[in-house]
Amino acid sequence: MATPTEVAEAPGMPQLDLSTFPNQIFWLVVTLVVIYFVLSKIALPLIGGALADRAQTITDDLATAEELKQKAVEAEAAYEKALADARSEAQKIAADMKAEVQAQMDVEMAKADAEISAKSAEAAKALSAIKDSAMDSVKKVATDTAQEIVKAMGGSATKKDVGAIVANRMKG
Amino acid sequence: MAESKDGGLVFKPMDQFKVDSLFGDGPIGMFTITNVTLWMALAVIAIVLVMVVGARGRNIVPSRSQSIAEMIYGFVHNMVRDVAGKDALPYFPYIMTLFLFILFANFLGLIPGSFTTTSHIAVTAVMAVAVFLTVTIVGFVKNGTAFLSLFWVSSAPLALRPILAVIEVISYFVRPVSHSIRLAGNVMAGHAVIKVFAAFAAGGIIAVPAILGITAMYGLEVLVSAIQAYVFTILTCVYLKDALHPHH
Repeated sequence: MATPTEVAEAPGMPQLDLSTFPNQIFWLVVTLVVIYFVLSKIALPLIGGALADRAQTITDDLATAEELKQKAVEAEAAYEKALADARSEAQKIAADMKAEVQAQMDVEMAKADAEISAKSAEAAKALSAIKDSAMDSVKKVATDTAQEIVKAMGGSATKKDVGAIVANRMKG
Repeated sequence: MAESKDGGLVFKPMDQFKVDSLFGDGPIGMFTITNVTLWMALAVIAIVLVMVVGARGRNIVPSRSQSIAEMIYGFVHNMVRDVAGKDALPYFPYIMTLFLFILFANFLGLIPGSFTTTSHIAVTAVMAVAVFLTVTIVGFVKNGTAFLSLFWVSSAPLALRPILAVIEVISYFVRPVSHSIRLAGNVMAGHAVIKVFAAFAAGGIIAVPAILGITAMYGLEVLVSAIQAYVFTILTCVYLKDALHPHH
């Protein structure tokens, strides 16, 4: 407080009291210099560094994300390719298998066909043999019967003649 | 403090701006520890708390106090870059010093009973003159005599140029005056008005509107504190831009 002995202060603004100016200016300069050094040596590098670190981290993370995305795309392509490969492989195996089975089947069929035709030829042969022997028997019976009938009716015929006639009739 | 002994109202709205010695009653010399010293020291401590202690974590995900420091940093950094250009960034610590000092001195001055260092023309004038000298020296060092083209408006008609040059020179030298008085005047006026309201709040029915008035003025003063710090800083940036790029 102003001492009473001082000349009555100009009523009004202490701002215009020049006697306090050196004091204010001195302490202001000290203050500003201290603040300047605290800021430029400690605070600003600290905060600026933190901001730069953060920007760097974000950039790095974005790059990593981009890289991982690329990898995922590649992995997907590889998977698709593997799938397509497996599919075509499966198709190939199925086709091969089918062809093999077909070939085997063809062979078996041919074998079976040959067997069947052999058997049927054999059967036909047997049949014709039986037919021939049956015809012979019929001929013989007919000849005998005809000869007996001719004999019974008082005629006579040689076995040979009758046989020729029978053979002739049977042909017709 | 507003009631006099004889019961009447005495307005002493300017008492809050008195510079007093903290220890003893002697005359105030240059190195006397005064309330100026105290409140400037408190501003320094507050700045250290916010900008150093608060920002110390240096986390990738900032803590709350770190966010405050980073926001102030980003705010001033962007202001310097956008207004004064990229080549003004070396002056960023200097501008940051002014901004933080004014901001914290203004806000500390809003504490009831405190002393507002930025309400004194001596303080703001020193800062304004410092800015003026810095800008002028930087202008001449960076541009040589080409800095004088700041006063020679080459886009104006030739006949007008000498007249404009006189106006430009005057306005250039008026800068530190307006720069300093704007800040001190705003802060002082607001605090004085609050004190006048406070005198009325001493008693009687008038106390109710007076207290409402104090509240309203206080809110306004919070705004003014930040805005004046911003204005002082952005004007510094504008002057710096003139010094670095003097061509119109």
